Amino acid sequence: MKSGSKLEKILTAGEFALTGECGPPRNADPEAVRKKAQHLKGVVDAVNVTDNQTAVVRMSSWAASLILIQEGLEPNYQMVCRDRNRLAMQSDLMGSYALGIRNVVCLSGDHQKFGDHPEAKNVYDIDSMQLISMVKIMREEKRMNGGQEMEIPPRFFIGAAANPFADPFEFRVHRLAKKIAAGADFIQTQCIYNMAKFQKWLNQANDMGLTEKVYILAGVTPMKSVGMAKYMKNLVPGMDVPDEIIGRLTGVEKKQQSAEGIKICVEQIQQLREMKGVAGIHLMAIEWEERVPEIAEMAGLLPRPQV
Amino acid sequence: MIVAERKPLNDIVKMVEPYRKVLILGCKGCVTVCNAGGVKEVGILASALKIAAKKEGKELIVGERTLERQCDPEYIEQVKDVIGEYEAVVSIACGVGPQFLAERYPETDIFPGVNTEFMGGALAHGVWTERCAGCGACLVHNFGGYCPIARCSKSLLNGPCGGSADGKCEIDKNVDCVWHLIVEKLTRQGKLDNLLQVQPPKSWTTARDGGPRKVIREDLAQ
Repeated sequence: MKSGSKLEKILTAGEFALTGECGPPRNADPEAVRKKAQHLKGVVDAVNVTDNQTAVVRMSSWAASLILIQEGLEPNYQMVCRDRNRLAMQSDLMGSYALGIRNVVCLSGDHQKFGDHPEAKNVYDIDSMQLISMVKIMREEKRMNGGQEMEIPPRFFIGAAANPFADPFEFRVHRLAKKIAAGADFIQTQCIYNMAKFQKWLNQANDMGLTEKVYILAGVTPMKSVGMAKYMKNLVPGMDVPDEIIGRLTGVEKKQQSAEGIKICVEQIQQLREMKGVAGIHLMAIEWEERVPEIAEMAGLLPRPQV
Repeated sequence: MIVAERKPLNDIVKMVEPYRKVLILGCKGCVTVCNAGGVKEVGILASALKIAAKKEGKELIVGERTLERQCDPEYIEQVKDVIGEYEAVVSIACGVGPQFLAERYPETDIFPGVNTEFMGGALAHGVWTERCAGCGACLVHNFGGYCPIARCSKSLLNGPCGGSADGKCEIDKNVDCVWHLIVEKLTRQGKLDNLLQVQPPKSWTTARDGGPRKVIREDLAQ
């Protein structure tokens, strides 16, 4: 075992994994985290805790991760390169490991232009690829980025992201390969709506033998409404929402749109589960955690395996 | 000016190793003024490369040319008839040059022969110093004409920090503490009050942090 985390045990046991997501609050209220945690407990294997997502300042991801641990959930501690240099990153990695966090997800982070502090400097001292490598070198070689050795290094199960829908498409699978070479143990993809394009990317990954080397968790996000679908299609960078999805949501009464959104999501999960190379699902129910148990149940993902 | 310094000769020798015909392309702008990439430096680099090749028993044809500027398509265009004769070009303009060349001549391999260091000026013959960080919103008038963003090692807007000693910066005794200079000057001018207000966080949207920048002058651009 690299980290001995529950997620690692589930994936290495060959079980189909299910991870969820929890966005920390824009204040210092621990109850907001606990409330979200209650919906996810026993329903998902681990929960991604986002790090100032969309460049909006929120409770720090390591702190919210610790609250999840107190609530009996396993966090996937997200860390972005926008807000910290390599010194801060490494000290947070050590501190969060010392306090029981075992999974880390290494990300670039959205540009601050999109967030609530557009005047801020960005850091990007290192990029997500280099962060993955830094976490792996700490674990495997007990060394910091600056070369110092550590007696007790943080030993994380290392996650990374992949977006099969960003351009240029043909390079995406090579970037995945780079992340694996850098040290990623598992990959969570951008929300998938264009199933054909995802399948094409996955075929490339299978052909290159990449799915033998890394666990790919397919990302899904249920649509709450036509409005959300249109917003995702037109305003969220790197998102590919086919007209077919919009059409299905438009085709039902307004009151039924959320149910239809969930139905689409469940169908997607079932299709993704059949695809060679998909090791699990990353279910990002954005500010909709209360519907996660229902989606997991309908998709046949409950009960979760005990490891 | 933009201050640049030639890369170590061995680095350039390695860059051009696979080629037999190389053009060294200089620039008569900033890099001529800071003695890194003008007519004279083109000649010196060309000779050095030829000697290095000869030592290896290799035949290397080295062309020499220096453009008015390499940051302007009009001048980049001037090599269009000769560039095809070479397998590679070593541009010794600032970092803009090799990029403009690479965009205009996609079939030719382009290499940078200098390291672009900073925007600054000459202190003495052969000595250049950084003065501007290109933040896109100049504030030097608030600091006695000194730029703490470019010249303070921590870019503090409310310095000096606790590492200032004898007018020098904590990182190096050869680096002036710009905040020491600012305080001294405003004290002399009786304007120390200007420094007593807390300077709020700066907006970096106009700096590189806001993304790659472009200036469009509507009155000039067609």
